[in-house]
Amino acid sequence: MLKEGSNGFRNPSGCAISGIFSKSGRRIPGDKIIKSIRIMHERSNGLGGGFAAYGIYPEFKDQFAFHIFYDHVKAKEECEAYLRNNFLIAFQSEIPTRKHPNICEAPLIWRYFAQPIEARLIEREIDEREFVSRVVTHVNTYIAGAYIFSSGKDVGVFKAVGYPEDVGEFYRLEEYSGYSWTAHGRYPTNTPGWWGGAHPFALLDYTVVHNGEISSYDANRRFIEMFGYKCSLLTDTEVITYIIDYLVRRQGLTMEETASVIAAPFWSVIARKSEEERRQLTFLRNMFAGLLITGPFSIILGFSGGIMALNDRLKLRSMVAGEKGDMAYVASEESAIRIIEPDLDRVWAPSGGEPVIFTLNGGEHKCR
Amino acid sequence: MPINYIYPDYEVVRDSSRCITCRACERQCANEVHSYDLELKCMVSDSMNCVDCQRCVSLCPTRALKIEKTTNTFKENANWTQSLITDVYRQAESGGMLSTSMGNPNPLPVYWDRMLINASQVTNPSIDPLREPMEIKTFLGRKPEKIRRDENGRIITEMSPQLELNVPIMFSAMSFGSISYNAHESLARAATKLGTLYNTGEGGLHQDFYKYGKNTIVQVASGRFGVHKGYLDAGAAIEIKMGQGAKPGIGGHLPGAKITAEVARTRMIPEGTDAISPAPHHDIYSIEDLRQLVLSLKEATGYKKPVFVKIAAVHNVAAIASGIARSGADVVVIDGFRGGTGSAPTRLRDFVGIPIELALASVDQRLRDEGIRNNVSLVIGGSVRSSADVVKAIALGADAVYIGTGALIALGCHLCRSCHTGKCNWGIATQRPELVKRLNPNVGYQRLVNLVTAWSHEIKEMMGGMGINSIEALRGNRLMLRGVGLTETELRVLGIKYAGEIWS
Repeated sequence: MLKEGSNGFRNPSGCAISGIFSKSGRRIPGDKIIKSIRIMHERSNGLGGGFAAYGIYPEFKDQFAFHIFYDHVKAKEECEAYLRNNFLIAFQSEIPTRKHPNICEAPLIWRYFAQPIEARLIEREIDEREFVSRVVTHVNTYIAGAYIFSSGKDVGVFKAVGYPEDVGEFYRLEEYSGYSWTAHGRYPTNTPGWWGGAHPFALLDYTVVHNGEISSYDANRRFIEMFGYKCSLLTDTEVITYIIDYLVRRQGLTMEETASVIAAPFWSVIARKSEEERRQLTFLRNMFAGLLITGPFSIILGFSGGIMALNDRLKLRSMVAGEKGDMAYVASEESAIRIIEPDLDRVWAPSGGEPVIFTLNGGEHKCR
Repeated sequence: MPINYIYPDYEVVRDSSRCITCRACERQCANEVHSYDLELKCMVSDSMNCVDCQRCVSLCPTRALKIEKTTNTFKENANWTQSLITDVYRQAESGGMLSTSMGNPNPLPVYWDRMLINASQVTNPSIDPLREPMEIKTFLGRKPEKIRRDENGRIITEMSPQLELNVPIMFSAMSFGSISYNAHESLARAATKLGTLYNTGEGGLHQDFYKYGKNTIVQVASGRFGVHKGYLDAGAAIEIKMGQGAKPGIGGHLPGAKITAEVARTRMIPEGTDAISPAPHHDIYSIEDLRQLVLSLKEATGYKKPVFVKIAAVHNVAAIASGIARSGADVVVIDGFRGGTGSAPTRLRDFVGIPIELALASVDQRLRDEGIRNNVSLVIGGSVRSSADVVKAIALGADAVYIGTGALIALGCHLCRSCHTGKCNWGIATQRPELVKRLNPNVGYQRLVNLVTAWSHEIKEMMGGMGINSIEALRGNRLMLRGVGLTETELRVLGIKYAGEIWS
């Protein structure tokens, strides 16, 4: 299987996205999100689907949960040796799947719940999140045939080549419950055939599902690679995830501030703001000019305790949000919300560049 | 009578059936090509003095004149070309260096023309600049590395001094002395109107133009002509000129004939003396010395103005630029080997330095590899000829461009490459009052505004076609370029794919 990004192979794609979030932290079983994404079948073409779920590993919530694809046993041995050298592994197992007529050529799929060895952090003088992000980059870059596709605490990504509803059944997602779910159906304009290329794309607890094709890709890639990231998949989603990690975790921006960088207001809009706001927005646009994302996109960013939905500043991709009681919904199409919650309190189409953020009640979303 | 080895390259051709002997050509030509023959009662011309500036052709009311390349041909030789043979004759006679002006005219590869721009189709909509905002505002200056917050959690927005440009195009350094008062006035007023900047060059700033200071970059070059506290304070930014693309490694030479009273006063030198700036800055023999000058200039101006450092594109340009980026400078300027000049030794102009496209690609990548691209802005010049060149330069990684030759052409320059003679018939590269007055600054400034406005429209159209609605998303976006007619090595240095190759 040709890994995406190798030989300069870059694969633009169209897509469907959906997200469900319980502000009260109520855990929702996975079949609900499958139902939502299934109705947007026409927006995918069977070449990639996936899910991200938060709050699904309460028994290991203080451990980093690694989900890893292995092309062969040798890759697994090499990767596990590397992990054991850096982590205390509390538990490891194959990720349970069921035979599915539409999902084939599966790699070996394993998960590990692990904590970094304290000495490794001390010798590098970095915190555990920075350490884990470096481990993920190392494995995905240097261990051939191994690919870490999920690496946060109490969060799991499940993805494959196939239609998203089939992928959900394959991973038996009805057996998991989480307070936050996102889903993605992919319509690549080329044949990838590589499981790692499906979405969501994840680093630590940040997961991104994305519909669009950004025109700023290489400007963003070449900027973010200055800071130790390596865009190996050459997908929009990958670079967006790194940008968010850089702005939120490493620069300490809030989600709103992050949105004002990647989908910055037009100068003409900034000019109409108050003096204080104008100064701040101008500062952020200027300082992070290379991280402005142009071209069509709608993304749902999952993070511990919340989700953020964001459109490009011209709103060149459809995206609808809805609320019912403590539940919040975001999807490419309203139908994907109505199918699981016909009776909504509120439904609206967020404006371009306007972030829609839902967080757990009483919980501030993390600043860093 | 001595043997005349040299035959003129260009010949004046006059259609006598159209000529009305109005003698306009005679009055217009400072090179004294045309004269009236009293006996024959017709105009005659001596092509030997003709520089092909096209002034007489443009002014002839009956279109009786044209200038043709001579058909007089030496025995053909692919090695010893006619121009090389002529140069030998010239030097055998004079014993001097060959002098010339403006950019390198030789048929070396123009990489701009071998790069093609992308456009959106189907998967990603193009954006119509007539109907949607299309942003080309550009900031120049060092960016902070980390977000800092005050005790209330608000972001601290103080940062190094920044220049705000309405268009990513500035007018490059051309000194008062090398060009005329009216040319300077045109540039200053155009920059002000456009919301961009022009550059004084190394000749100081005429008192009359201090009022355009907000749109002025004041230059400090090795001769320090016209540099004083008031001058440094007058501009929006200060540029240290270490080198120039047209003549890397040497200083400038403004002949005494161009040092009129006004020029002398502005440069703070005696009238009529040659103004010769040294090859190096004699207080800068190393990168740490440069740092001291950068910081001295900042100290002198209260850390309120960005400092540019301009170097010629030479072989080791990437490493030098990296050193400058760590010197405290806010903007690095790279000037390519096709850049113009008011005077340069021909051999230097034609064979020293490298193309700006390659230098730019290499510098931008080097600064990124070292993680310091945000420490400085990157401005390039050295033959940016059209809006497409601007788009390509920005896609390769430039923040903004300088145009010099293009601006002079807008003022009427026909690239006759004779600026060093001081007899510019278009009133641009001259100090002779009767020639200077031919350039009306009211007209000149409007033509510059028109040019940059037209290019801005074209830049926006091309950006919209790519689905990009802000210039920062184009900056360094090399996926938007593809090469044609380039070798693997050229593609590697430019950091672009070949046309027909898929994304990445």
